[in-house]
Amino acid sequence: MNLTVVLFAMLAAVTAASAVGVAASRSVVRAAVWLLFTLIGVAGVYFLLGAEFLGAAQLIVYVGGTMVLMVFGVMITNQGPFAVLRTKPVEWAVGGVLAGGLFVLLATASLNFVSSGKTPDDPLPGISPIGLSFLGVEDGGKSYLLPFEVVSVHLLVVLVAAAYLARAKRRVNQVASGKEQGTNKEDTRQEQGVTP
Amino acid sequence: MSELSLPPFLILSAFLLACGVFCLATKRNAIGLLMGVELILNAANVNLVAAARFVPSLKLEGQVFALLVVVLAAAEAAVALAIFLNFYNNHATIDVDEATDLRG
Repeated sequence: MNLTVVLFAMLAAVTAASAVGVAASRSVVRAAVWLLFTLIGVAGVYFLLGAEFLGAAQLIVYVGGTMVLMVFGVMITNQGPFAVLRTKPVEWAVGGVLAGGLFVLLATASLNFVSSGKTPDDPLPGISPIGLSFLGVEDGGKSYLLPFEVVSVHLLVVLVAAAYLARAKRRVNQVASGKEQGTNKEDTRQEQGVTP
Repeated sequence: MSELSLPPFLILSAFLLACGVFCLATKRNAIGLLMGVELILNAANVNLVAAARFVPSLKLEGQVFALLVVVLAAAEAAVALAIFLNFYNNHATIDVDEATDLRG
């Protein structure tokens, strides 16, 4: 029972508990907060495994970027404070059976997995080998330049498309109905002002 | 168990995957579905990094593909949120059961 096992147990408990919180909480705001703790726990698992750059990237991209995006989405699309959409009991049962069966299947498969030999003691490659292999200049023939370029262009295209899709456009009939409502309100106010 | 090995990480990853699938099956809020997808992608990433740590021939590949998955997850979240905002602008709800047509 050494330190890494204790650390893994703590991190896994935090991650799993907050993942259960994400799945079980009815309010989407609370689910967002639970997801935040899950992502931080997964980043801790990366640090424990020795992948420091990946843990930092997880913290920056997920916790700093995706979570902020998601919380803004919740805030913009929320219908009243702590709006809850009810789920049918049948859906709870189907989801529970599906998730439980999947977990049991994968866990038994993982326990039957025979780890090949001894755990390697040498650390994972750091930032420099990763960056060099992404840019294709790592000697040894491992070059990930093409996936790197594909992912960069994909990210650019997706962000342009997201900005195009989410632009603040107002449809013509909505504007017209809003104006009508506004004038109606003014009319009623004038009437109310006149009648007393 | 005196030393960490691969199976505990695989079980943690399987648990995250099960929670994500449960999220996808039960949530009716579209952003809740997006959270389930994030959980599933994180489960895959835990698998990849654990393989990078414990399989000697995957030291670089595990981290490289985990980074690619992080970038693709960020892109997916951005475009999915844009679609949900557009849907909310047109239909004034975010219940996925109401999303039977996306033309607006």
